[in-house]
Amino acid sequence: MEMKEMTYKDAIKLAMSEEMRKDENIIFIGEDIGLYGGAFGVSVGMFEEFGEERVRDTPISEAVIAGAAAGAAATGLRPICEMMFGDFITIAMDNLVNQAAKMRYMFGGKAKVPMTMRLPFGSGTGAAAQHTQSLEAWLCHVPGLKVVSASTPAEAKGLLKAAIRDDNPVCFIEHKLLYKMKGEVPVDDEYIVPLGVSDVKREGTDVTIVSYGTMLYRVLEAAEAVAKEGISVEVIDPRTLYPMDTATIIESVKKTGRAIVVHEACKTGGLGGEIAAAISESEAFDFLDAPVLRLGGLDTPIPYNRNLEAAAIPTVDKIKDAIYKVMNR
Amino acid sequence: MKISNQSIIEMYEKMLKIRKFETKAMNLFAEGKIPGFVHLYIGEEAVATGACASLRDDDYITSTHRGHGHIIAKGGDLKYMMAELFGKETGYCKGKGGSMHIADATKGILGANGIVGAGHTIAVGAGLAAQYKGTDQVCVCFFGDASTNQSTFHEGLNLASIWKLPVVFVCENNGYGISVSQARHQAITDISVRAVAYNMPGITVDGNDVFAVYEAVNEAVSRARKGQGPTLVECKTYRWRGHFEGDPTVYRPVEELEQWKKKDPIPRMEKYIIENKVMTEADVTKLNEKMEKMVDDAVDFAVKSNNPSMASAVEDVYTDIIEEARVR
Ligand SMILES: Cc1ncc(C[n+]2csc(CCOP(=O)(O)OP(=O)(O)O)c2C)c(N)n1
Ligand SMILES: [Mg+2]
Repeated sequence: MEMKEMTYKDAIKLAMSEEMRKDENIIFIGEDIGLYGGAFGVSVGMFEEFGEERVRDTPISEAVIAGAAAGAAATGLRPICEMMFGDFITIAMDNLVNQAAKMRYMFGGKAKVPMTMRLPFGSGTGAAAQHTQSLEAWLCHVPGLKVVSASTPAEAKGLLKAAIRDDNPVCFIEHKLLYKMKGEVPVDDEYIVPLGVSDVKREGTDVTIVSYGTMLYRVLEAAEAVAKEGISVEVIDPRTLYPMDTATIIESVKKTGRAIVVHEACKTGGLGGEIAAAISESEAFDFLDAPVLRLGGLDTPIPYNRNLEAAAIPTVDKIKDAIYKVMNR
Repeated sequence: MKISNQSIIEMYEKMLKIRKFETKAMNLFAEGKIPGFVHLYIGEEAVATGACASLRDDDYITSTHRGHGHIIAKGGDLKYMMAELFGKETGYCKGKGGSMHIADATKGILGANGIVGAGHTIAVGAGLAAQYKGTDQVCVCFFGDASTNQSTFHEGLNLASIWKLPVVFVCENNGYGISVSQARHQAITDISVRAVAYNMPGITVDGNDVFAVYEAVNEAVSRARKGQGPTLVECKTYRWRGHFEGDPTVYRPVEELEQWKKKDPIPRMEKYIIENKVMTEADVTKLNEKMEKMVDDAVDFAVKSNNPSMASAVEDVYTDIIEEARVR
């Protein structure tokens, strides 16, 4: 496969641009995404390529961004939306949850809503409580929405293209701290990472750790560190949070007998509980040598002070501690 | 309109205080001493100052992401503001909120806000509480031009109007919401026309003329205090800096900024003050120095203050639940 090095955000732009070149029914709407190129610079150059008909700056009106996308999707377009910060999805929530997600079901299968909602999530930017949240569990709780989280530049491209081609509303979670991360990305414009397939990011035999987004890199760092002490960690990135490929996770836990879930979102009500339950309910239960552990953010809003902000989410040290705990060390 | 010399001097002092604070914040951000986002109010000082001049300590304001000016005008303390920008435990929010969330319960400051359009409805709630309790407090709701495209603007004005709530909606029309000019985000030029839809008085004033703002808001505040309901006051102004510090402002012509700089509200007021012998030039210089010193003292206070304790991270989520800082 021919590869090219690029940043995570350029991979997102590439996915949108390739799909827009192929399908003129795709439009891109959001705040300051046009000439300005988006608050994080993701769409720089797209306005120049596709023009104002297809790359549309909206007023500051998140409700109508999501609602218009739903309406346009139901009537033949395939909108991609950008929430400037994922936190603002709260304002678009009725349109997303009560409309886009349920329209097909309520209409007895007589509609489809092929829209993609891009959501920059996560902390680490010093931007305080209203610009740093990780709200993926809310979205996974809504039947009708698919929820995707990309952790590498290549997957950002492949998963976003799959999301755009999907005939259902898909929430596509981007991690702000990954935007500048570089990686090899397939050049092929048919490169797709299918939704609903977990990826084993590191193979191991003692502990399975499920993680995604920026936390994945802390988990990999912790895994590397404990490897030196003779603990072999298998790391799984679910990549699609709903519908999640739990089979890969369960198979792994059957092998390792220990499982930890790590995410940045608040622990209570987070996906960690869902994944732990999926493991407990499966045949992997009989293989467990320790309780499944969850590591999540504190059950607090994200604080502004840098030290507090850093301490609000799992650290490499806390992940290592959890590994020792399940290993009984 | 008759304004006492005392009030004029106070307003001038406030405008200077805002300008000096913001200039310092700008430099501190450039030096990497303040994290997160900083949205500066430079160029718009006359709006907050003129609008707050008719308010008492027990009146309320709601603010925005660009909140420093509103907070200073309503009587916020520079020390606690600066400490908050530094994320220190002595800051207004104990270092947990930062620039976008500064609040002061003792001064009726219901918080700067990171959500565009959030103030429109919070202000209505404050007006409702005042009306319900039978006080004559009012709430001034500050917001930008681009926020008037949020549904909260329409829901807020409508409810304030039908319930005749004591709210003064003060729009700071600086012509942009980040990179999107007003012409591209709405089909009107005077936002005050939207008052018609809610059957409340609407007026547009020169937002760089502190007296014009004062006069319009003063009248609106007295109507509100008398139970005559809300008003929409639009103040035309301009932000000199980028949307946030670091914004390259590629979306607007340099000449536009130069034109607006000529309408700088501060020298304009200075001119009035000296021509009308409200203060001498020497007094003006002295006041400038005093404000600079105050800002420097605030920085000093902030720098010397402690970071919040790690344990404080879990405090203040609820009134009664304090979660142990457990390993997560
Ligand atoms: C709900 C929401 N949407 C988008 C943003 C991002 N944002 C912050 S300020 C801003 C522009 C606001 O423009 P305006 O209301 O005119 O105020 P100004 O910045 O000009 O003072 C935007 C889009 C936000 N903070 N909240
Ligand atoms: Mg504006």
